[in-house]
Amino acid sequence: MNGVHDLGGSMGFGPVRPEEDEPLFHAAWEPRALALTLACGALGEWSIDTSRHARESLAPVFYLSASYYEIWIEGLTRLLEGRGMVGAEEMAVGHAVTPAKPTRRPPPAAEAIPAMIARGGPCDRPVPQAPLFSVGDSVRTRNLHPAGHTRLPRYARDKNGTVERIQGSFVFPDSNAHDGGENPQWVYCVTFTGKELWGEQADPSLSVSLDCWESYVERP
Amino acid sequence: MMSISDDHHDHDHGGSDLSPIALRVRALESVLVEKGYVDPQALDAIIDTYQTKVGPRNGARVIARAWSDPAYLQRLRENATAAIAELGFSGRQGEHMVVVENTPRQHNLVVCTLCSCYPWSVLGLPPVWYKSAPYRSKAVIDPRGVLADFGVSLPADTAIRVWDSTAEIRYLVVPMRPAGTEGWDEAGLAALVTRDSMIGAGLPLSAEPAP
Repeated sequence: MNGVHDLGGSMGFGPVRPEEDEPLFHAAWEPRALALTLACGALGEWSIDTSRHARESLAPVFYLSASYYEIWIEGLTRLLEGRGMVGAEEMAVGHAVTPAKPTRRPPPAAEAIPAMIARGGPCDRPVPQAPLFSVGDSVRTRNLHPAGHTRLPRYARDKNGTVERIQGSFVFPDSNAHDGGENPQWVYCVTFTGKELWGEQADPSLSVSLDCWESYVERP
Repeated sequence: MMSISDDHHDHDHGGSDLSPIALRVRALESVLVEKGYVDPQALDAIIDTYQTKVGPRNGARVIARAWSDPAYLQRLRENATAAIAELGFSGRQGEHMVVVENTPRQHNLVVCTLCSCYPWSVLGLPPVWYKSAPYRSKAVIDPRGVLADFGVSLPADTAIRVWDSTAEIRYLVVPMRPAGTEGWDEAGLAALVTRDSMIGAGLPLSAEPAP
């Protein structure tokens, strides 16, 4: 979707402001937000692609004015409410009102957490066919504007680049975010010159590399 | 910061003066625990992991090893995920690692313009600035401007490569080894490796303390 989350090349946000001695968390609720997001993800009710789409689908004004953990909490709440796991009334009163629904996986116990984090969620998947493109090939990104989730940013659509490496084959987020299956594809690291992306005024020393699923690119 | 659902905060939370978002998170946690969707001790274990075990000192050990051991650097180039796992670092948001090496000819900068993808297994949780609109918008079009925001200036003839983390590959920058560190052990070298230098937004500390 052409959402406000797709920030690359936007202007007017001012300078980057690194914090001196930045704390890991800025409020007591932030670590709880982190933990709730990871713990609920472990229930297997949605994929990381679905959760990214829930965040980028939040109202644009909210997205740009909220902190990132606020975005996480609102995205998580939407996922839980959308699946009937938590009701708006329960959020209002802060207590369970309806019984829990069964989940695909049980909640992890505390003892299982270190192994769960150390394992992560690898999303490389084998595909039967060989990659369509080789390292060094010229490719052009397609001019795609899907209404749903995609990982091809607007600034890199309809641009010429060069395949720099083949990263492997991975779950396709554009379908997986919408419960459309993993449909793995080859992923290529494609490098673009600054001039191709930003025109004549681009920094001549700049190049940008993105990881592109095979269906994002075509022969020029 | 306002919640988008402020109409949900007129209930009793014990008369606290918590912010709307703090109340909302507390309400969510209470509901999830009561319904058995989450185990409160598991929540504590997750937080403890990122407070005490997974953070940028992990990445600094990887870099110090890469600076010290050419065979290790070669393994990092060939299969960074496996080479990083040799040091015991693996898992969430580090499942598919690639290292990119700074040289006098090329400086590397990592961003996620679409969300906040970041190599957690080696750097821990991302700083606020990494997730912010200024960084995500500017890094791919004006990386020298971003570096200037960090007080870093590179020679005009150093190429800048920006890596936009659009897929599940997570990038770790291998900064250039500071001058004057010949013969240093890995612990000494790791102490020079800053988090920002492994994102490309900064440089390692120098061997000589500033006057």
